[in-house]
Amino acid sequence: MGKEYEVVIGLEVHVELATKTKIFCGCSTEFGGAPNTHTCPVCTGMPGSLPVLNKQVVEYAMAVGIATNCTINQNCKFDRKNYFYPDNPQNYQISQLYQPICINGGVDIETENGGKKTVGIHEIHMEEDAGKLIHDELGENSLVDFNRSGVPLIEIVSEPDMRSADEVIAYLEKLRMIIQYLGASDCKLNEGSMRADVNLSVRQKGETEYGTRTEMKNLNSFRAITNAIENETARQIEIIESGERVVQETRRWDDNKGFSYPMRSKEDAQDYRYFPEPDLVPIVISDEWIDNIRGRQPELRDEKMARYAKQYDIPEYDIDIITSHKKLADIFEETVAICDNPKKVSNWLMVETMFLLKERGKSPEDVAFSPKNLAKLIDLAEKKTINNNVAKEVFAKVFDEDIDPEKYVEENGLGAVSDESELRIVIEKVIAANPKSVEDINAGKLKAMGFLVGQTMKEMKGKADPGVVNAILKEIFGI
Amino acid sequence: MANIISDETIEYVGILAKLELSETEKEQAKKDMERMLDYIDKLNELDTTGVEPMSHLFPITNVFREDVVTNDDKRESILANAPEKKDGSFVVPKILD
Amino acid sequence: MSLMNMTAIQLGDKIKKGEVSTAEAVNDALLSMQKVEKDINSYVTILDEQTIYKRAEEVQKGIKQGEYTGSLAGVPVAIKDNICTEGILTTCSSKILSNFKPMYNAEVVNNLLKAGAIIVGKTNMDEFAMGSTTETSYYGATKNPWNMAHVPGGSSGGTCAAVAANECSYGLGSDTGGSIRQPSSFCGVTGIKPTYGTVSRYGLIAYGSSLDQIGPVAKNVSDCATVLETIASYDPKDSTSVKRESYNFTAALRDDVKGMRIGIPKDYFGEGLDAEVRESVLSAVEVLKNKGAIVEEFDLSLVEYAIPAYYVIASAEASSNLARFEGVKYGYRTEQYEGLHNMFKKTRSEGFGAEVKRRIMLGSFVLSSGYYDAYYLKALKTKALIKQAFNDAFSRYDVIAAPAAPSTAPKLGDSLCDPIKMYLGDIYTISVNLAGLPAISVPCGVDSAGLPIGIQFIGDCFNENKIIQAAYSYEQTREYVSCDLCR
Repeated sequence: MGKEYEVVIGLEVHVELATKTKIFCGCSTEFGGAPNTHTCPVCTGMPGSLPVLNKQVVEYAMAVGIATNCTINQNCKFDRKNYFYPDNPQNYQISQLYQPICINGGVDIETENGGKKTVGIHEIHMEEDAGKLIHDELGENSLVDFNRSGVPLIEIVSEPDMRSADEVIAYLEKLRMIIQYLGASDCKLNEGSMRADVNLSVRQKGETEYGTRTEMKNLNSFRAITNAIENETARQIEIIESGERVVQETRRWDDNKGFSYPMRSKEDAQDYRYFPEPDLVPIVISDEWIDNIRGRQPELRDEKMARYAKQYDIPEYDIDIITSHKKLADIFEETVAICDNPKKVSNWLMVETMFLLKERGKSPEDVAFSPKNLAKLIDLAEKKTINNNVAKEVFAKVFDEDIDPEKYVEENGLGAVSDESELRIVIEKVIAANPKSVEDINAGKLKAMGFLVGQTMKEMKGKADPGVVNAILKEIFGI
Repeated sequence: MANIISDETIEYVGILAKLELSETEKEQAKKDMERMLDYIDKLNELDTTGVEPMSHLFPITNVFREDVVTNDDKRESILANAPEKKDGSFVVPKILD
Repeated sequence: MSLMNMTAIQLGDKIKKGEVSTAEAVNDALLSMQKVEKDINSYVTILDEQTIYKRAEEVQKGIKQGEYTGSLAGVPVAIKDNICTEGILTTCSSKILSNFKPMYNAEVVNNLLKAGAIIVGKTNMDEFAMGSTTETSYYGATKNPWNMAHVPGGSSGGTCAAVAANECSYGLGSDTGGSIRQPSSFCGVTGIKPTYGTVSRYGLIAYGSSLDQIGPVAKNVSDCATVLETIASYDPKDSTSVKRESYNFTAALRDDVKGMRIGIPKDYFGEGLDAEVRESVLSAVEVLKNKGAIVEEFDLSLVEYAIPAYYVIASAEASSNLARFEGVKYGYRTEQYEGLHNMFKKTRSEGFGAEVKRRIMLGSFVLSSGYYDAYYLKALKTKALIKQAFNDAFSRYDVIAAPAAPSTAPKLGDSLCDPIKMYLGDIYTISVNLAGLPAISVPCGVDSAGLPIGIQFIGDCFNENKIIQAAYSYEQTREYVSCDLCR
């Protein structure tokens, strides 16, 4: 009793690269076309068709490798991975086994207790994505759509260096940030442009040998990853505690039901019969090419943080949050370039944007409003054309529909009324309707002032500038 | 050395190759494969120590395409040969995993 | 006399000069087919007459307007049925592709069409080019026009028989282990297997991707050189396509072998070689010697390892290349099945013939877990040694002369019962594919049974011109002999 266990986790992370075309043909990678409209003989496995490698795929893979401290394998090749599945049109996948493009890298993550740790990267290889199967719920058939077939992927294989779900999430966040900064992928877990398979085993603390691991698939959110890790850890400990052995297998996580089940069938021998792809020639990567990619590497987060500290007058706390997502940083810079008010831009991103993302169940990658409209909104608020409450309301519109705030305010008559004579008429009406409050104020209970301001705002449908209302009231009561 | 191919091996290779052989075909396949492998074992006579495996004949490397969309929608042609199609897609028996 | 008795260039010349119309040319090809096709079975598909005549008219107009100026404009051509032709049935002589009409043309087909070629049909072959007799075709065996009790060789047996039987002026074959040269030899015609990468493989339905090359089959060397010049091109769609300095193969049509160094591999003339073939090939070499070539014997013992290495590599690649045929995207799908995997298995088991299944099984096995190093890697190392042996040989010789096959065409049904024996028949051709070399087979005699014999000239990579020159020089001493059927 009371044995202490340690969980050992390695990840295989698939990332869809942000190329315009597929890895081996000139078909568009654009999302959401009607089934099979982004296909050609190559990506549907037509007899006689041949693959030709997209150079951008190699360059993105190199960029990610460099940014994750990998060694670039200067002689790399493609191999065929053979297995039958209907989303795989050739019934082999062109991938890399023997000579992947990047090897021996690693990234630093922060652990729960604030420490630092390096998660090793065993390799990064390039490969093609499969098509999509649409399962007919009622009928006996599935439909095959090859629009995604041949979309370029890199698979980042980590060493088994992670010891908790938190470390796994930290590692994924780190990878995601690096890759987004590089512009190599948008890394959206929910849309499948970033996918993680978890290899997990448990062992008693102090043990040096690894236990038998399982591979968990179908994890499409950080929450699912965390749940699956906790569930699988418990499952394996239970098996070991009961004196049995963990079976090495691939399992599929069902996040709705909160458990996993083995995927293996008799027809799935998992013997991939890799051999060098004869239809593609080897890739030789020169030192010059590596230097060139390194030189073109965009500013990564650390550099960006340092630059922000110098360039913009905003607190370190703000810098940390804004640079945590490339998308936020991009919007920040573009908006500041228009309205030159870093702190205000930062506030809108850190507070309202984050709030709405959370409320809408979205992540910062999904931010879709334009810097131009955020800048206009800030301008309206700064000039007190609209008051803060209205500004928040308008911002929600900007956030959801990227509307033009100036037009919107005008069309909906949301401009703040600061014309004193107009306000005075309303205020006097309010005073007349609330004799009790007037009494209170005259008796020195100044709290009642707030009530009158509120009532005035209400009467004005929120469009008044509360500062001006307050000033007029003070004047009336001679305070 | 004579190679012996077991029933299990033939069964296994059939799964890999997605071929379903009748009993007589299996027996024939075992015999054929044994003979072929005996013959292929001749390669063991050759000393290949230190020889680099040659997958590609010529030192041609780095054949690339630029990342430019060149293909348009050819769905009708892509689906023209499909044994069964529906809603612009290929139809396969439902996968139960 | 039928226009099909002429060489492709002779016919093209007459068409160009306006002495013969393209309609007359295709008419004579169709007449030949009507006469012999039911016996020979060279074709899986003959295009309908209307289509052929329409194309002939189009080309005639193009010639007049100066669009087609080459020597092949208007000349009828037959295409092996593993080369994709848009909208035209392309079966690989397999049941599994019995209804497959490609949505695009192979690059070679486009190159031919640009030169004004008139495609008359798709020729029979061993199923997926696996075989040496054209007997493994789902559409029945092709017969040898010289003697219908014999095979035409394979796998490009349909193309070679069609050329020999005047059912076209020339044709395209493909050669993975000798599939152009051996049937050319058996049918008394000339065929070239180009250096790997010279002719685009885009649209060639793959058997062994690292070995496959498309090449010409015709009545003589000049035709072959001309056709090769037309079909060869650097193709960005084929990553293994080689950008060559020159595609001028007809420049090598020179009757001159003075000082040419010809190597005779001793190992190609030993045990297993039919005596009549041996004599015929050696006397052809003697002819070249008398014309001033320097002839020398040398050792090429590694060749015996070429066959096992070839069967590992070709079968492995085939097992993967043929995985795409499973009844989802094109071709045959089994009638009744339960679930996906059963559909895959039944479709493939019913759709492929015995030889194809044999090679897929072997290929899947040698790549399977635990065997890769022992078989596949070993074969790749053997390939490296064979390539090296040829490099050494070509440091001393301009060309290597050898038989194209150990015997003349065997009788129908004699080869299939013993796979190893059939595979051994490829002994003189297979190493050429492993090393990516160019080679040509030219008729050099007829045996006592009246069956043709071919001599093979092998050159170093990218040295087609040397083998063309040697073959052309030899050919000048011997008239083209047609089979009785065409006389």
